Amino acid sequence: MHNYGYNLFQKKDILKNQESIIFKNLSEAIERSEIKDGMTISFHHHYRDGDLLLNMVMDLLAEKGLKDLILVVTSLRNHHKLGNHIKNGVINKIYTTGLRGKLGKLIKKGIMDHPVVFYSHGGRAAAIASGRIKVDIAFIAASIADQFGNINGVLGKSICGSLGYAKVDATYAKTVIAVVEKIASRPLEIVSIPQKHVDYIVQIDKIGESNKIATGSLRQQSNTRDLSIARQVAEVIISLENFKDGYSLQTGSGSISLGVNSFIENFMINKKIKGNFLLGGVTADHVNMLKKGLFNKIYDTQTFHPDAIESLKNNVHHQEIDAVTYASPFNKRALVNYLDFVVLSALEIDLNFNVNVLTAANGDFYGAIGGHSDTAAGAKVSIVTAPSYRGRIPSITEQVKTIVTPGHTIDILVTERGVAVNPARKDLLDQLKTNSKINLKKINRIYDEVIELTGKPEEVNHTGKVVGLVEYRDGSLIDVIYGEEL
Amino acid sequence: MKINKTASSGSMESSDIMITVSPAKEKGIIIELVSDVEELFGSKIKKVIRDTIKEFEIENIKVMANDKGALDYAIRARTKTAILRALKECSLNE
Amino acid sequence: MNNKLRRSMLYIPANNPAMIQDAFIYGADTILFDLEDSIAISEKDAARELLIEALNSLNFNNTEIAVRINSLDSKFGLKDLKSIVPIGPDIIRIPKIETKEQIIKIDKLITKLERKANLQPGFIEIMAMIETAKGVLNLEKIVASSERLSALTLGAEDLTTDMGIKRTSLGRELFLTRSKIALVAAAYKINAIDTVFSDFNDLNGLKKETLQSKELGFTGKAVIHPRQVDIVNHVFTPSQEEIEDAKEIVRQASQAEEFGKGVIAVKGKMVDLPILNRAKEIINKYEKREVIK
Repeated sequence: MHNYGYNLFQKKDILKNQESIIFKNLSEAIERSEIKDGMTISFHHHYRDGDLLLNMVMDLLAEKGLKDLILVVTSLRNHHKLGNHIKNGVINKIYTTGLRGKLGKLIKKGIMDHPVVFYSHGGRAAAIASGRIKVDIAFIAASIADQFGNINGVLGKSICGSLGYAKVDATYAKTVIAVVEKIASRPLEIVSIPQKHVDYIVQIDKIGESNKIATGSLRQQSNTRDLSIARQVAEVIISLENFKDGYSLQTGSGSISLGVNSFIENFMINKKIKGNFLLGGVTADHVNMLKKGLFNKIYDTQTFHPDAIESLKNNVHHQEIDAVTYASPFNKRALVNYLDFVVLSALEIDLNFNVNVLTAANGDFYGAIGGHSDTAAGAKVSIVTAPSYRGRIPSITEQVKTIVTPGHTIDILVTERGVAVNPARKDLLDQLKTNSKINLKKINRIYDEVIELTGKPEEVNHTGKVVGLVEYRDGSLIDVIYGEEL
Repeated sequence: MKINKTASSGSMESSDIMITVSPAKEKGIIIELVSDVEELFGSKIKKVIRDTIKEFEIENIKVMANDKGALDYAIRARTKTAILRALKECSLNE
Repeated sequence: MNNKLRRSMLYIPANNPAMIQDAFIYGADTILFDLEDSIAISEKDAARELLIEALNSLNFNNTEIAVRINSLDSKFGLKDLKSIVPIGPDIIRIPKIETKEQIIKIDKLITKLERKANLQPGFIEIMAMIETAKGVLNLEKIVASSERLSALTLGAEDLTTDMGIKRTSLGRELFLTRSKIALVAAAYKINAIDTVFSDFNDLNGLKKETLQSKELGFTGKAVIHPRQVDIVNHVFTPSQEEIEDAKEIVRQASQAEEFGKGVIAVKGKMVDLPILNRAKEIINKYEKREVIK
């Protein structure tokens, strides 16, 4: 028979894997993954402060004597134990969206040979999808798996909701180890990360603490200053042309955002306005708006409340999305590009509207980029909120300590002392002038008022070696962070 | 002027400062400051306390200041109140 | 005497720096710093000192400043007055006023203190708190006794205690007092400020009570929580339609004057002088637009 360019048929089993992919022991799965010194491993933080996996895996890898690993995480929160692994050479380099606390202080002191690289959620997704960052082994925490290796974060006991960031890791990593709490007795009815992306499943007793994914709800919060800022944000949004049927919105999970949601919700009901979609991190308030029919859809990258997990599980209009779909700068149809409004926070904002969400005035690492620069660039109107000072430290500065989000992508600043519009957006300013409830001021004026009140803080300029590199979402370098010591 | 006893004023709430003044064993104005914003405003805070004490022409005094991000006006007020309380004969305030 | 825009007066305990600093951001027409009931006896000195420093150095974005001092019958009242007058707040709210003699005495005292502080005598206004049955009966004499007296208000708790009755949610027990305060205030063209609604979580209850106050003739209401400011302002603000009507009245009236026309009618209603004046007042008060500073 002429083969027409094919291999000819021979009777044999191809790729029929009869051996179980399920391990009862994390250590065995790691052995099987053939991890080596210098490899790149990834983690995600959907369990937030309740994450147990990162420390667990790193302790094991240290025990096994591995060295020079490159850590590609979505965020670092309660992970000060990593300090030892850095000092002992287990970890050589870290990529993350955020850093704070004790680990931040150690890194500021210069314990790492390589600077920590900070990227945004969209920037991270783009770097992994484009192959700029090649992940050898992705560790994925999930509440449940089935025998085939399908996983999700909404069923089982310790649930976390969306696995949006981990979806990217699962798609592009060479090897994927999913660590779960429960193996379902039948095929999963909800599949977040499909079996084709999962190589090994490890079952452990406890994968994370669900109660630590939640952030406060509006009823619990009583910070009246935040509430007054939230009210101004709502006035700003409803005064702009983009606020109309079919609009889309992203608000975060901070107390100002929670306030904004509540004011906007009332206004939408009164004015009978129906939005198209809500995007990003999802709280109970977002879910309520969806339930009331105020929006068509929630696109969920990270879930912040048990009610939101419940909604993600049961409501077809509440959909989990991966970080490429959310915010990759190389994805023209990334959902951030369809946003009308995003409400963002800031540690510092300067007179050119540049925003810092990463380092505090005293130079400490104190926050995370998250989707800040992605949504600011994508949304038609980006609104940054901040109290004008916090415990005497002004939030408005001549120049931010670290540029995370460039000023040309920030349109409006809302503080308790007034609302400032980026001079490049005269169109927005004209629209806002029609609402007498909005206290419009120039940003320099707000700055002057605050400095008069607080006094100018002493400059804390670290002049040690570079301990952080800040990438913009397209992978370019936008700023560097200096440490305390050479 | 001279203070003969220990007195305090203020609170540990955000934007406030707790000032405790007492007679100094050593000479001069001795200020011990604990502050959330010490690196950024420490010397300013001490200066405000010192200037306020000087208005009373008190030469020897020990001040413990526990600051929670108070602005100058509050630092002045709390220092004054603490001194006035320490200057009183009895501990009842008017 | 005057009749300023005082829809909401936000009580701020004068011993709390964080609350003092943020007092102006909630949109209250008047910030009412309290040295009286919200301050513990042991902290009266600290609160007074803090308020003095705050008023001397903070900028409240031109919001009107009122200070409630302790009753002059207490051992703190006189000291409060002596330390607060020199800073020149817009209004001093004085509790437990029941006779004109009290007001005359206070007026003289303030004048003396104003002179000493190089303030224009008469600069500081007085708001009298009526908290006893006797005070209610003497209302007119009290108001007539001083040019400084620019607002009346009631202290409902003390009044009901004085009368030996209970405060109810319906508020019938305060009906006569409220009406009388509003009536006397209107007669003397001064503000009538209603007492606070204490349950700051019950915003519907607040709205209901505020609407009732407005119906009775009050021009504003004291509030104890920033959350209450919006509702009170809203109730005491004319609707956009009322403002537009007022503008139309003033426009037509000025045209009529220019062309020597006599009586005018707007929306089928005759416009006489009181209506024209009311229209002008509405525009003056409510058409102020914030401009970019």
